[in-house]
Order: sequence, then structure tokens, then C-alpha cells
Amino acid sequence: MEHIYLDNAATTPMNPAVIETMTQTMGTVFGNASSIHYFGRQARKVLDDSRHLIAQSINAKQDDQIVFTSGGTESDNTAVIETALARQNVGKHLITTAIEHEAILKPMKYLESLGFEVTYLPVDQRGLISLTDLKQALRPDTTLVSIMMGNNEVGSHQPIHEIGRIVAASNAWFHTDAVQAYGLLDIDVQADNIDLLSTSAHKLNGPKFLGFLYRSEQVKMPSLIKGGDQELKRRAGTENVPAIAGFAKAVSLLDSKVKAARQAKYAKLQEQLVSGLKQNGVEFAVNGGQAPDKLQHVLNIWFKGCPSVPLLTNLDLEGIAASAGSACTAGSVEPSHVLTAMYGSDSPRLQESLRFSFGSQNTAEEINYLIEVLTKITRKLK
Amino acid sequence: MKAKNQTRVIVGMSGGVDSSVVAYLLKKQGYDVVGVFMKNWDDTDDSGVCTATQDYEDVAKVASKIGIPYYSVNFEKEYWDRVFSYFLDEYRHGRTPNPDVMCNKEIKFKAFLDYALKLDADYIAMGHYARLQRDSDGTVHLLRGADGNKDQTYFLSQLSQQQLQKALFPIGELEKPEVRRLAEEAGLATAHKKDSTGVCFIGERNFSKFLSEFLPAKPGLMKTIMGEVKGKHYGLMNYTIGQRRGLGIGGNGVSNDPWFVIGKDLATNTLYVGQGYHNEHLYADMLDGSQVSFIAPIDQRGREFHCTAKFRYRQKDCGVTVKLSEDLQKVQVIFDQPARAVTPGQEVVFYDGDECLGSATIDHAYQKERVLQYV
Repeated sequence: MEHIYLDNAATTPMNPAVIETMTQTMGTVFGNASSIHYFGRQARKVLDDSRHLIAQSINAKQDDQIVFTSGGTESDNTAVIETALARQNVGKHLITTAIEHEAILKPMKYLESLGFEVTYLPVDQRGLISLTDLKQALRPDTTLVSIMMGNNEVGSHQPIHEIGRIVAASNAWFHTDAVQAYGLLDIDVQADNIDLLSTSAHKLNGPKFLGFLYRSEQVKMPSLIKGGDQELKRRAGTENVPAIAGFAKAVSLLDSKVKAARQAKYAKLQEQLVSGLKQNGVEFAVNGGQAPDKLQHVLNIWFKGCPSVPLLTNLDLEGIAASAGSACTAGSVEPSHVLTAMYGSDSPRLQESLRFSFGSQNTAEEINYLIEVLTKITRKLK
Repeated sequence: MKAKNQTRVIVGMSGGVDSSVVAYLLKKQGYDVVGVFMKNWDDTDDSGVCTATQDYEDVAKVASKIGIPYYSVNFEKEYWDRVFSYFLDEYRHGRTPNPDVMCNKEIKFKAFLDYALKLDADYIAMGHYARLQRDSDGTVHLLRGADGNKDQTYFLSQLSQQQLQKALFPIGELEKPEVRRLAEEAGLATAHKKDSTGVCFIGERNFSKFLSEFLPAKPGLMKTIMGEVKGKHYGLMNYTIGQRRGLGIGGNGVSNDPWFVIGKDLATNTLYVGQGYHNEHLYADMLDGSQVSFIAPIDQRGREFHCTAKFRYRQKDCGVTVKLSEDLQKVQVIFDQPARAVTPGQEVVFYDGDECLGSATIDHAYQKERVLQYV
């Protein structure tokens, strides 16, 4: 059976060029980048070059504003927890949205248990916050505003530039979780007044267990992980140099032109899927809004009257990999907090929606097969 | 008949050794095997630990080892509505229900079967110790498991011909030690996993305590049949006919024999106790029942026939005469020999040799045509 992968928001296959870079680095550079000898210097050089390339990719002012972490979750945790703790003297109020990833929401809950106050901004049916809500929520004691750039479940793309401008005029720092957006959008942390930005390498055909946290010059806080003085004391633990070289390679392959081409490709695949389903008489509705308020690689669809678990199981048995938001391990699908925020807890969309997310390897033929299979399955399940 | 590799069998995998071996054997025989874990009950405790999560982990390990895809499905709502509500309702009426019988009838061979059919299953397979014999016309006969100690036909006795035609019980031919040996040989993670005991949703917990969380316990008096007060009971639902443990009264009656539950009266909230394992109030010579369900077409045997029966699980068969009502909705069962502790709410299961014919739910037990005060 052929397998078709349409879950690229969960993770992506590694680019062969990335694998080659990593394999080569593993074979030749094994030193500890903190060591003062020849081997250490070799590793350090790879690390420095990679950091420079990555800093350029988001227009960071300085290379050392890039701190390598174990991935998006650690970057998010660090940004939220360490900012809150480091700025307690300024205030104990934080702002985020109802549709953040758990890597933001769980640290927020943790901080609430420590006595911090958190405002969760609501979203509309497109999955977008209101700038007026943000302005009203900001207070002199607000120390952090954390709003994701692009949502992982429905793809909603927040107005980051406007948010950056509003937050810049307050006492708060602005963090954005760019895990989904980094491989698809051009990001300029200076132009957008971003103080903290999280990414993950495996969402853009790089290695897993790696990401970075960008920190603007005004951000001062300790490492979440306690230990050695790596990453200028900003993240303890020996750097995974081969993986970082691979990350840089993956980023280098995604210049503005490539990203624009991917956006166009994914928009076309979305269009193909939507019109194909319509043509076949499948009853459905897209959850969320349209581009440009949306990342093109994520398409969340409500299949009216078809529960998501048998849908997903049938798809997998037909060789198609998709996702239903956050499925709990033992059978129950936790209703998505993102769809709940957009449509309310009574909406049938919570139990009857699937997410398809595209990657560079997907083709129009695959989408045709998907349309054919979805038509068959939705008929059977009704 | 479809080729085996074109025949999809959906295995209900619980994370135990029996269903693990079922999946393993079917895969080895060349079927298109898919494992599906059912979550029927949420027992997540305060620390977030849930046995279903651990069981699902085992399903994942075993299925990966065998090389089959695995999924899960949630039937918490169906289980609550169709099994647990019935379970509580029966207790509320002073009866002693059998939730496993209901679980097979309503969940494993209904909700799960329906779900499996939506995944294009040709059959579902379960780790029950029971055998199926198929006639050339497609009719199935349910036979006792080869392992006499483990035979589970009692719990399958309310299933219909249609339900069983879609079922496979690959380990019904095996004895338990052989199942464990196969699991070990195949390197399955569940080879040495402890068997689950008791009712699935209660597990190892204290039964009375569990029940009291759902049904208010109404304490009352414990009396002899002559009306002598012997103590207090803590809610009729906590006692079953013929039970000895937990009464809190020692000898000192007519004889020095231990005390047993010999009856209940829901109307006066009285628990009747009497002395001696063989107390005469514990013996019935007849019962009547409803929820009559036969696997085999009944016409073949007529409205009245002789066969053997079990009145509870793990009991030897007794000879009985079965009399069906006109509309086949009720049954009267007359015993060859008086039987002890025939309990309303339990199943009376009929056998002809190794074949399980079907069952009914016991409503009343009689002694010399007088109904025994059991509810």
C-alpha cells in the first residue's frame, strides 16, 4: 500500500540535503563546542556559522540572540516561565490567547498556580484575536504578551506586525510562537518588534529535538535548564552540533523565493481539495478563515455528521495520514481547545473535524486520491 | 470465501495476554488483522493515572511486535448508558446483575461490532475462551472453551446468531498455559501480565465502597426468617443470596453454624439471615426468567425440553427442564435437583453437552411452587 503523508504540521520528513550535512558533520566534527582545543574549535566554527545563518533568516541584529534549544516546547517554556519570573518586580500579569499550543498554555497554568494572573484573549471564527481586546488587556504590570504567529490546528495567522507595535508601546515583552510559521513566512523580528520567538527544526524538514529561541537585546533572563555555561549562559547542555548544522542547512534551503513558491503550492492544493470535495457532494465546511489571515499549509475541515475517530482510522487503513487535533492516547479525542475557542463547546465541529497539513513532497495526484477516499469514507460513515 | 489476506479481522485488544495472542495467531494465519482498543470507562485518578492508558501502551507494544496497525475507540458513553445504568438499576431493585454479560451484548458485540463494520471488517475477534462451530449454511454454534476452568460461554450466552456469525474466538481451542506460552514464544510484552480480576470498571477496588458512590446505601435490619433481629445491614445492595462474608454475626443461633444471607425484602428493607451453608431457604427447585435469548433456533427443540443449565458462572451444570412461554419472552426452568442460591439478576445459561444454547435473566426462584423472598 502506498502511504500519503498529510500531517506536516505534526512533523516533516527530513530533506536529503539536511541528512547529508548532518551525516558529514557527525563523521568529521565530534568535539564539544565549549572545549578550548582544536576539536572544540572545529565544533565551535560549525556552531557559529549555523547561528549566523539562522540569525540572518529572521533579521536578528546579532547572532548571539539565537539560543539553541531542544525544540519549540522548550523555547516556549523558557520564554513564558523565565520572563514571568525575571520580571516579577515589574508585574505579575501575562497575556496570551485561547488558541496557543499546550507548550504555552501549560506554563501559563503553572504560573497561575504560582500567583501570576493570565489573560486569555478570545478569537473569532477565523481564529484571530482582536487588537482592541489586546489594547484593553494591556496593563502597566503586564510583563509578557505571548501570541502565536500561525496556529497549528487551523492555521490562523495573527496580525503580528500590529501586535508588535501595540506591545512595544507597553511595558511588556512580545513573544511569538513561530513553530508553524517559520518555514513558510518571511520573518523580521526587528520590523515586527518581536522580543522573543520560538521555532522548531523538524517542522521545516530539519532534525527533531532541536529549535531556537530568539531573544532581543532588551531580554534578560536566565536559562530554564540549569547547568553549564553554553549558549552564553542562556541554555545549559552541550550543543548538538551536527543537528544544528542540519537545521541551518534546512533554513538555508528556504529563501524568500522558495517560501513564496510553497505558499502558492499549498494554496493550490487547498483549492484542489475543497473544490474536489464539493464536486463529489461531500458535506463539509472549512474551519477558520482564508489567506492571508491563514497559513497555507494547514487546512482544517468539518465533515458534517462524520465522527473524526473512525474517519481518521479509515483514512489510515487506506494509507492516508492526517490528524484530528489532539487525540488522547486511549481512545478519547479531547475536544480541540482551538475549535472550542472559535466555535464554542457545543459545536459539532469539535467531534467531526480533521486537519490536513501539506508539505513540499505532496502532489496533486495525492490530493486526488485523498478526495476519492474521503468521498467513499464519508458516505460510508453517514 | 475470501482469501485470508483479503479477510479483515478487527481484534478487540484489551492490553491483556489473551487478546494479544488472538491478534498474533490471526496474523500468523495470514488474515488482514487490525487491532482496536476499546476505552469503556474513565478511571483516571487524582494523579492523572488511568489504567486504560497503561493498557493501551501494551496494545501498542504488542501490535507493533506483531506488525499490525492499531487504533482506539471510545465507548464510555455507550457503556454508561447501556451497561452501567442497567447495573445500577438492577442493584436498586435488590438484584445481583452481571455487567459482563451486558457488556458483551451491548458493547463488544454491538457498539464495537458496528464500529468494526465501519472499518470494513469481515469479522471481529476477541480473547474469549469459547469456541464457534460453523455449519455449511453459515449457522454458528457456541461451544464451551477447551479450557474447562476458563470457559466464558456464560458471559456470551445472550448473544444472537447474527452477532456470533461475525465473531472469531481463536484461543477457545487453547488452554490458558498454552496461551501464555505462545505469548512468550512470540515475545509479546503482555506474556506475563497479570489477568484482570473482577468487574472491569471496579477492578481491585472495594466493591461496596464503589457502589456507595453511585447508590445511597440504606441501612436496615438483619433478621431471621422468624423475625428475630440479628443486627444491622448497611444497604441491601451490598449483599447477595448465599453470601457468608461480611455479616458480622457469629454462631449462637439454633446451632453453631455460620450465618448466611438467605433472603431480602426490598419493601421493608430487611436482610434475612439463616444458619448453615445448606439452609433450606437457599434451595430452589424452579425459577422463572425473562430476557430470553437463544443462539440456536428454538423451534428445533420445541417449547419444552430437557438440557443442562448453570445459574451462575463457575458452577457445575444441573439437569433442568425448560418451558418457554407462548411468545418466547419468558421461561420457566424446573430443576432435576434443588439448587443453592439461585439469584435474581444473574443469568440461567442452557447447555446441550458442550453447546451453549442461550440464556435468560433470573427473575424469581421458587421452592415447592412458593416464591423465595430474594428481592
